[in-house]
Amino acid sequence: MAEERRPKQCTVVLPTESMKAMAESIGVGQLQEESCVALSEEVSYRIKEIAQDALKFMHHGKRRKLTTNDIDNALKLKNVEPLYGFQSQEFIPFRFASGGGRELHFYEEKEVDLSDIINTPLPRVPLDVSLKAHWLSIEGVQPSIPENPPPAPKEQQKVESTEPLKVVKPGQEEDGTVQGKGQGATAADGKGKEKGLIRLKPRSTHELSVEQQLYYKEITEACVGSCEAKRAEALQSIATDPGLYQMLPRFSTFISEGVRVNVVQNNLALLIYLMRMVKALMDNPTLYLEKYLHELIPAVVTCIVSKQLCLRPDVDNHWALRDFAARLMAQSCKTFSTTTNNIQSRITKTFTKSWLDEKTQWTTRYGCIAGLAELGADVIKTLILPRLTVEGARIKAVMEGPVVSNIDKIGADHVQSLLLPSPPATKYIVMATSAGPASTQQVP
Amino acid sequence: MAAVQGGLVDAVEKKDIKTEPSEDSGGNNNANDGRLLSPPPGSSASAPGGNKPPAGAPEDQQTLLAVLQFLRKNNLAESVEILRREAGLPEDALDLKAGDSAGAGSGGAGGTVDLEGEDASSLLSRVTVSSSAAAQAPTKVTPSEDQPDVNVVLSAYSQQGDPALYGVYYSGLKRFIESVLDCHRAELSQVFYPLFVHMYLELVYNNHENEAKVFFEKFSGDQECYYEDDLRVLSSLTKKEHMRGNETLLDFRTSKFVLRISRDSYQLLKRHLQERQNNQIWNIIQEHLYIDIFDGMPRSKSQIDAMSGSLAGEAKREANKAKVYYGLLKEPEIELPLDDEDEEAENEEGKPKKKKPKKDSMGSKSKKQDPNAPSQTRIPLPELKDSDKLDKIMYMKEATKRIRLGPDNLPSICFYSFLNAYQGLTAVDFTDDSSLIAGGFADSTVRVWSVTPKKLRKVKSAADLNLIDKESDDVLERIMDEKTASESKILYGHSGPVYGISFSPDRNYLLTCSEDGTIRLWSLQTFTCLVGYKGHNYPVWDTQFSPHGYYFISGGHDRVARLWATDHYQPLRMFSGHLADITSTRFHPNSNYVVTGSSDRTIRLWDVLTGNCVRIFTGHKGPIHALAFSPNGKFLASGATDGRVLLWDIGHGLMIGELKGHTDTIYSLKFSRDGEILASGSMDNTVRLWDATKAFDDLETDDFTAATGHIHLQDNSQELLLGTYMSKSTPVIHLHFTRRNLLLAAGAYNP
Repeated sequence: MAEERRPKQCTVVLPTESMKAMAESIGVGQLQEESCVALSEEVSYRIKEIAQDALKFMHHGKRRKLTTNDIDNALKLKNVEPLYGFQSQEFIPFRFASGGGRELHFYEEKEVDLSDIINTPLPRVPLDVSLKAHWLSIEGVQPSIPENPPPAPKEQQKVESTEPLKVVKPGQEEDGTVQGKGQGATAADGKGKEKGLIRLKPRSTHELSVEQQLYYKEITEACVGSCEAKRAEALQSIATDPGLYQMLPRFSTFISEGVRVNVVQNNLALLIYLMRMVKALMDNPTLYLEKYLHELIPAVVTCIVSKQLCLRPDVDNHWALRDFAARLMAQSCKTFSTTTNNIQSRITKTFTKSWLDEKTQWTTRYGCIAGLAELGADVIKTLILPRLTVEGARIKAVMEGPVVSNIDKIGADHVQSLLLPSPPATKYIVMATSAGPASTQQVP
Repeated sequence: MAAVQGGLVDAVEKKDIKTEPSEDSGGNNNANDGRLLSPPPGSSASAPGGNKPPAGAPEDQQTLLAVLQFLRKNNLAESVEILRREAGLPEDALDLKAGDSAGAGSGGAGGTVDLEGEDASSLLSRVTVSSSAAAQAPTKVTPSEDQPDVNVVLSAYSQQGDPALYGVYYSGLKRFIESVLDCHRAELSQVFYPLFVHMYLELVYNNHENEAKVFFEKFSGDQECYYEDDLRVLSSLTKKEHMRGNETLLDFRTSKFVLRISRDSYQLLKRHLQERQNNQIWNIIQEHLYIDIFDGMPRSKSQIDAMSGSLAGEAKREANKAKVYYGLLKEPEIELPLDDEDEEAENEEGKPKKKKPKKDSMGSKSKKQDPNAPSQTRIPLPELKDSDKLDKIMYMKEATKRIRLGPDNLPSICFYSFLNAYQGLTAVDFTDDSSLIAGGFADSTVRVWSVTPKKLRKVKSAADLNLIDKESDDVLERIMDEKTASESKILYGHSGPVYGISFSPDRNYLLTCSEDGTIRLWSLQTFTCLVGYKGHNYPVWDTQFSPHGYYFISGGHDRVARLWATDHYQPLRMFSGHLADITSTRFHPNSNYVVTGSSDRTIRLWDVLTGNCVRIFTGHKGPIHALAFSPNGKFLASGATDGRVLLWDIGHGLMIGELKGHTDTIYSLKFSRDGEILASGSMDNTVRLWDATKAFDDLETDDFTAATGHIHLQDNSQELLLGTYMSKSTPVIHLHFTRRNLLLAAGAYNP
């Protein structure tokens, strides 16, 4: 008695219409309904038989995908002429057509103009089979090289961060954080524990190997150093390397500390470099960043809304940094926001609050609007548009007002250009002016 | 040497004729016998478990009579005479019982069933079978004449009861089994699956299509999940015409499904069926099932599950009783000349290097013979050439540098990825010294790479060879054509995907087998094909050289494994008995045995000398794609599509371990050189390392388990797993330990 119920065995039979269509295609006009039924059952049975044989060829071909060649071989096994002309590595693009009450799936055969083939340059020769060796494991430890998959897949990193307390069975350590027996200590004390289930927090490895330490040093130096070529290389490495998982906490601290220090020192260049690092980290598909958002998001938000980001606010282009950081923010909202952490709504609230504040500086104001604007059409519609008239008045006041500091003027100017030029925004302005009162009511 | 080999071949000749592969049922003894006029299954020497007393069981009698009848109808009077004499039937047996084969079977049963040792059941069978035969005699239809072979096979299905009652019978039995004591329930539940299949087939055979469909839908969900594949085949089969030519079915019919049931449980079942007068089910049990009754405690569900799953039930106990010489052959003694380059120094034993050590005369040497080892000459093995001796010396030198592996000392793994293979890599092999790697591809090419700096060179053409000085010292170097040096060579010759590949131990030859039904022997000196061995008419799934060279084994879709010698174009031995494709073949380290794994989910060990099947291992739930012997020859590991590795003790014929962890088909298994670590590679892109020492040590073999084969497996896969190494979307299809215990893995990268 099987414990679990299996899905119903398939008892699919080809429709009798197919039989009719096939009969017609070879010139047999009037086929009796009964013969159609008998035929379709027989044909279905044979097809299933062939499919089952073809599976054997797939298994022995060490593939997961059944190919047309497998079917051909299965036919050969039954002493049937294989189907010619269906050679395909991947899949056969069947097309669907209906007409005259008939529905058909067919294999489109295009007419080919020979001269076209002759005149087109030869396609590139496919690459030949070659052999490449790499270390899958060195004395039980899998090295983090591009040839190997990331040591801790994203799902696992997620499991670790979301379920800090898990039941660890003795002898299961190898399956978890540490693969293999490299970290002798881990395995040893795991084994030493008495049998039974122990609740313990999985060890996150804090110590980096010497190579990793060197790598970390090189990368961070290159990222904030003066050589642009080196920096590009380092960022590329952060964005693509699969084995950075263990260094992630350090990178995150590096960035958040770096932003804190450099905001105070108004070092615009370094802030830009750090934001580019954040971007690179976010681009890396093998990293599970959720665990470090609490450090990264404040850093990014700082770069968006900080009052002052550079030494000479009137000359330096700190606006670009704000735009860039705002885009980063929007991207992280899109990827990481969930119903539990509510990142998007919290961020939106923060931006709106400081925007609405009368005393907010123009720089912060700019950042808030930029940040909100990046969050998508819905946010623009519900939060920015209703405020346009108010904001317009404020800008007007600054631009045309008598006492005006240069900085405020530049700020207002930028806010204006932020609100004005983009085509969707102008569209909204039109909408806002025409339906002003109605949309203001939507402001929360 | 040659004489001995000749003898070996002659001895086989007779066998060849008998088991000649036939078009539709190649290799299936019983099916063959009906047609090829050879002795019936009971007395056929190569049949599995051939030690059954001839004409012992009533069914054998019946088959015999059917065969006799058939022969006689075709006026083969002489054959009738011979067969009857051989079977020991009285002159008038046929006349008396002709015309009603089933009735005859039951009549014969009364007289002979005692031989079976199931004396308790004899009385009952006499009563029930004959009564049913009497009741149904009028309804019996004589099968039509046009398909004799299938009819012989299927004729037993011609007796039938009321088709509508099948479901009632089955659910009645189900209710009964669910109501018995827990300890018996698990054992009796084994009856469900074979009963279900046979009842379904009976319905289909008798053209009760709709009843069959209803029956299938109602009860197929109750069957164990590991029978799913067979059920799928079964479900597509709804008409009598379909049964013709469906091999799976022929197998199910011709080979009895073997169940092991304790005496108590069996009595319980029997009593129930007797009380209910449930003849239909009893008939099936009598005719299609072989119930192996043992005394003692009924087995638990987990014990049963561990052993079941094969196409024809478990192995009979006596099938695994034969003695197997699993010990290793004594290594020929070659003195290790001390290496003069690096360890010149003191203890030089007085002799300069390359002093040829004394010949390896058989036996009589200092090391005492392993009692479990076959005698050195049991199988004639090729004599060692000088180059082999040099290689042995190299081997021993390397062995001294070997790393001792263990749970705390895991091997390094070097992965060879085949790039741009376009899903076409189908087989890989390494040479023993890890200098060459060969791959078989779906486009029917074979490629050989050198993985050392030494490039592959061809021998010069005949004309050029004439020019060189044959007396010079470096003649072996001179015959090579420097112009042809390259890192890889392609061998063309097959006309279908290459599924199996194997280097000869001396690295001079390469063996490949293919979908085109041939096995090809290639020279690695000239990089040309030397021989195409034809014999398998269907795809050949696997082939392997003997560890001593010269012999090789192959197995394929025709269900017959063949043993060949490189200098014979016909096989020396044919091993038939598997009920489905042979999916993998391996030689025992002592070359005296071969093991084959099959799609019928059994593993069989065959004696090369006698051609007998000496072990049948059941327990896998899918086709077996990987096999590996431990270096000491005592244990066998097998891996299947179900992702489990099973460990077997060859001497006792027992399952001794189950390693769970892989999530897809296991394509390769390998023990480390000293046997401490078992490595497994799978379609799920992982290499896993297992603690083999612990797995074999933990084994408790008290007398009971040894006697009955009912081992209780502990679920300790997690403790035995030493490491899991993911590759990047590269299924692992071959593993190899170098002589220094570095693990090499190979597979094709599928982006």
